[in-house]
Amino acid sequence: MPKHILEMRKITKTFPGVKALSAVELSVIDGEIHGICGENGAGKSTLMKVLSGVYPHGTYEGDIVYDGEVQQFHSIPDSERQGIVIIHQELALIPYLSVAENIFLGNERRGKNGMIDWNLTNHEAAKLLEQVGLHENPLTPVNQLGVGKQQLIEIAKALSKDVRLLILDEPTAALNDDDSEHLLELLRSLKARGITSIMISHKLNEIEEICDRTTIIRDGHSIETIDIAEGGGNQDRIIRGMVGRDLTNRYPKREHVVGDEVFRVEDWTVYHPTQPGRVVVDNATFSVRKGEVIGIAGVMGAGRTELAMSIFGRSYGRDITGRTYLHGEEIRIRDVSEAISHGLAYATEDRKRYGLNLIEDVRRNISAAALFKLAKRGWVDGNKEIKVAEEYRASMNIKTPSVMQTVGNLSGGNQQKVVLSKWIYSDAEVLILDEPTRGIDVGAKYEIYTIINRLVAAGKAVIIISSELPELLGTCDRIYTLAFGVVTGELPVAEATQEKLMTLMTQEKASTTTMDKEARA
Amino acid sequence: MTGTANIRELITRNIRTSGIYLAFIAIIAVFAIWTDGKLLSPGNVTNLVLQYSYILILAIGMVMVIIAGHIDLSVGSVVAFTGAVSAVVVIRHDMPWWVGVLAALGVGSLIGAWQGFWVAFVGIPAFITTLSGMLLFRGLTWVTLDNISLSPFPAEYQNIANGFFNGVLGGNGYDVFTLVVFAIALLGYFYSTYRTRRSRIAYEQPVEAFPLFIVKLVVVSFVVMWFAWQLANARGLPFVLIILAALIIIYSLVTQRTVFGRHVYAIGGNLSAAMLSGVKVKWVNFGVMLNMGILASVAGVVFSSRMNSAQPSAGNMFELDAIAACFIGGAAVTGGVGRVTGAMVGGLIMAVMSNGMSLLGVDQSMVQIVKGLVLLLAVAFDVYNKRRAGAR
Repeated sequence: MPKHILEMRKITKTFPGVKALSAVELSVIDGEIHGICGENGAGKSTLMKVLSGVYPHGTYEGDIVYDGEVQQFHSIPDSERQGIVIIHQELALIPYLSVAENIFLGNERRGKNGMIDWNLTNHEAAKLLEQVGLHENPLTPVNQLGVGKQQLIEIAKALSKDVRLLILDEPTAALNDDDSEHLLELLRSLKARGITSIMISHKLNEIEEICDRTTIIRDGHSIETIDIAEGGGNQDRIIRGMVGRDLTNRYPKREHVVGDEVFRVEDWTVYHPTQPGRVVVDNATFSVRKGEVIGIAGVMGAGRTELAMSIFGRSYGRDITGRTYLHGEEIRIRDVSEAISHGLAYATEDRKRYGLNLIEDVRRNISAAALFKLAKRGWVDGNKEIKVAEEYRASMNIKTPSVMQTVGNLSGGNQQKVVLSKWIYSDAEVLILDEPTRGIDVGAKYEIYTIINRLVAAGKAVIIISSELPELLGTCDRIYTLAFGVVTGELPVAEATQEKLMTLMTQEKASTTTMDKEARA
Repeated sequence: MTGTANIRELITRNIRTSGIYLAFIAIIAVFAIWTDGKLLSPGNVTNLVLQYSYILILAIGMVMVIIAGHIDLSVGSVVAFTGAVSAVVVIRHDMPWWVGVLAALGVGSLIGAWQGFWVAFVGIPAFITTLSGMLLFRGLTWVTLDNISLSPFPAEYQNIANGFFNGVLGGNGYDVFTLVVFAIALLGYFYSTYRTRRSRIAYEQPVEAFPLFIVKLVVVSFVVMWFAWQLANARGLPFVLIILAALIIIYSLVTQRTVFGRHVYAIGGNLSAAMLSGVKVKWVNFGVMLNMGILASVAGVVFSSRMNSAQPSAGNMFELDAIAACFIGGAAVTGGVGRVTGAMVGGLIMAVMSNGMSLLGVDQSMVQIVKGLVLLLAVAFDVYNKRRAGAR
């Protein structure tokens, strides 16, 4: 019987109204690399937050047995003291501080007088950098290094805390191939030194390449733990485990009446706004027809939101190239107000940050994108505005005591209805809905799908971006898959299955743009 | 049981929105008692209006700047500079008074455009841009005036801030014209509130109970006519009050009823969401700063007229009074919240306190200390309210 360094037993975590984890089991053998797979929202990150003490003992049910003892972590320092270190997907480095300062942040090396001993700090930092294979001066500010190197600094930081169990959340999502390969190599060498790792990843080939075993989580349940070393057909088995739920009657029926092409995007390429040379969207081409719902399937970080926002008035990225066509005629969209006047709408995935003015009321949020419809010579007709808001409250079934209610006080589902009302009122012809049902309950989801059906029945074209495959299969006519900025496939919904989509979504297709660049170099 | 809950809710909601008005009334009452009524004497009420009009004009522009999520530290220097320009034109070059006014307004627009350019199009935070402007325009004031004060202005120019309508309709110891103007304004107010109420009922929106509505109108009429009576018994209707009233009405409408005004709130409330709703953020920010420059020049004209001179040190610390007025009047430090009327009440609270304390012979240093604490408490109240709202 191999020795387990960690056993999480029957972990159940509930948030108000949602059961994020129910009786999840995870056991990790000392010295292995253990993968965790699951769709977005399956509960992977929640599980890791329980483990690292972000959700303190007492806020969840079940036991964490680490090193043979039941642990009660109340905070991150508690778990770090035991050698459990988590590296989050969004790196937590301070950009203007040096590599050495970042490594010892919160864990400063002090001299006798209580002041920081910089010689010791830099010396130890250099040794740690050596261990992770990063050949940089410890005095370099972190923001001068690329994401791949920053990831290594995070690992060096973990090593400085005498890590025994290292948790990496999507460590290679933002890295290019070379950096990813280097990182995986490093994980192997850490394993040789006896450090156990848990790796959350969407890249199934990486899981297969590096992990000893992997646990699959779906909808807050642990499905199974697969022994990769046993070999044979692992990726298929993982995909089946990740998506294996049944499509019950969660999607309202719809008549499919598809007309002429309304909107088309060709050869769309977008670069990262701050990291020069990083391609975020790579030669994407897609189109949507009247009365059609198309889906864009991709995991987080695949460039879905970046694609949508760059089309919507160049709200994201730089050096954007490509063409957009409306009803077959090329249009140039230079800013958001032009996008709106061409009949485009973009309902964001992060409605609190980008979609709503939370301190303003329902009425004014609904009219925010189309004030020009309510105004004559710059003066807003306040009475008409109230009337419009009341109409949408009724037709979209927004549950609020009054249209004067502050939007911040509404539930997620009702906030989403306000966002949709805003864009429907702007008379959009093409609606891009980014994760339209994220963070809202099943009942409200059904209502949102009904609204989408009403929109296409009225001749609109709808583009749904989602990482929930059943949702795309239940609502779309056609589905494009996006992986690492590249459109990897296009399937009519009749031919699409979750397995096929997941394969395309996790496929690393040779990027045309980077190939061009290499050819030039 | 539900009844009490509703009453409690009603009270808390009203305290949050009208707390500032209650505080204003309380402060007036306290100082009226302490000064044995001198605070509310006809002469002093007139004086209050004349003395704080330029701060209130600045606060109108400042509240829009603050709603958009910026700040303007340069307005004191701009008041000095535009006043200086006007004085040079009128006094040194013997031009008519209105040329001086136009020159000041022109310079104010240029300054607004200059600061708007840096804030909106280059993306320099307004704090830095206007801190620079504070030094820049103070220096330009000294250059313009050769570091000496210029006076006196011709009588027409002095009248802007010191003139009155009096005896237009004859006097009987009190000015009838003042009373008539206020009565007409009051009727206009009745009409517009009645219309708002009617359309709200038509659109099935909640309104206050009819008796409450009547009580509100009676109280407002009483206060307004009492104020008119005090003015009529002193020197009549000040010109500057008409300017101020016009600005308050115009800017209340601009902020509440125009697309531009609504975009200002949208930017301050959630910049990203405003951008993704097609708001031309840069142009709106430019407009807000431009407008502040123009209003600062109006204040510059009023202040130089009131002082009957342009002084190198004019307008010192005005920016802080204007900013304090906005925050006491309920504007949020983070932007997106605030009202012109709120800023006016905030400014008047400061005015009544300073004026009341000087009537009591309180030392100027004490006045500063009290004003500082009032500002802190007002913003603390706002933060506390927001935290409670967020906790829900």
